Amino acid sequence: MGKIKIKRASTKVDMTAMCDVSFLLLTFFILTATARQPEPLPVDMPASTVQIKVPDTNLGTVTVGGGGKVFFGVTGPNIRINMLNRVSEKYGITFTDEEKQRFSLIDGFGVPISRLKDLIAMDNTQRIAKGVQPGIPADSTDNQLKEWIYAARMATAEVNDEQMRIAIKGDADEDYPAIKKVIDILQEQSLNKFSLITNLRVAD
Amino acid sequence: MAELNTGKKSTPSVDLTPMVDLAFLLITFFMLTTSISKPFAMDVAMPDKTEENSDDQLDVADNRTITLLLGSDNKIEYYMGLLDRPIEGPTVVDYGKNGIRPILLEKIKQVPQITGDPEKGLIVIIRPSDKANYKNLVDILDEMKIVDAKQYMIGDIGSAEVELLTRENIYN
Repeated sequence: MGKIKIKRASTKVDMTAMCDVSFLLLTFFILTATARQPEPLPVDMPASTVQIKVPDTNLGTVTVGGGGKVFFGVTGPNIRINMLNRVSEKYGITFTDEEKQRFSLIDGFGVPISRLKDLIAMDNTQRIAKGVQPGIPADSTDNQLKEWIYAARMATAEVNDEQMRIAIKGDADEDYPAIKKVIDILQEQSLNKFSLITNLRVAD
Repeated sequence: MAELNTGKKSTPSVDLTPMVDLAFLLITFFMLTTSISKPFAMDVAMPDKTEENSDDQLDVADNRTITLLLGSDNKIEYYMGLLDRPIEGPTVVDYGKNGIRPILLEKIKQVPQITGDPEKGLIVIIRPSDKANYKNLVDILDEMKIVDAKQYMIGDIGSAEVELLTRENIYN
């Protein structure tokens, strides 16, 4: 009997197809990527079962975290500039055009108006450093948060001709009084409807 | 020196394995840095402050209301009706599936039978205390969505209710 010849399959795999697929995926991810912005005040949001997404436009976000620190941000560069104009008028602090331009790129901030100039002058990495932004004053003697929210609403109404929606993004461990303070400020302006930003809860 | 032309063309095959490796590495990087999961928005409507005192508190029958007091340590204390003469409770329960949910579901079923009018369902009053945290508030509002409570409101806590929480040792 002669030897049976077993045909050995080559161990080499053609990588071309795999390469194609992986680069297709890579392209997809690069194009859809909206890089996660480093936040000045990272908060751990509580979970809920609601499945309504946060809107992208005309949204003012009040972030509460880190032991009652309050940050505020609004969507859209034009609205931000308009809002800054209103607030600077109110407090008598003038900003140059370049400062306004830089401010329009800041997503959220948490400094008293008197220190806003310094914040604008910083670069992105300095801004998110710990302890740089102490939060916007929101107590009854010096309620700057109220002014910011009011200015943002007016600005949204003027620029986009739409109502601004307000969202509260709170840390899960934040005490209720800190949240209550923000809610009270909103209610003073007859804003009785707002959203609470949450993560998705995975089955209970 | 003449090169020898053997006439045999070598196929230009390149080993693509490192390239695939690199591509997958980049894919992984982009997947992790992209924020695909957008956060969710839970809508809340607060009672209007200017109208709160005028007519809201008068016409609500006390057999329709359940008051939830949010205390510390992730505990809820609830009672039916008025605080000084509660129909049921006050009882301390937990959050979630095995805590407040079965109670709410039962009450939602019961109350229209008691009032004899399907329109007059349960009214939930949520009173977070100063010792409750934000997660508790979101949890209880979420619970309202889960049990499909038609009427609920967030109110302020009174000193008598704080005393009650202190007595149950869930105010610290």
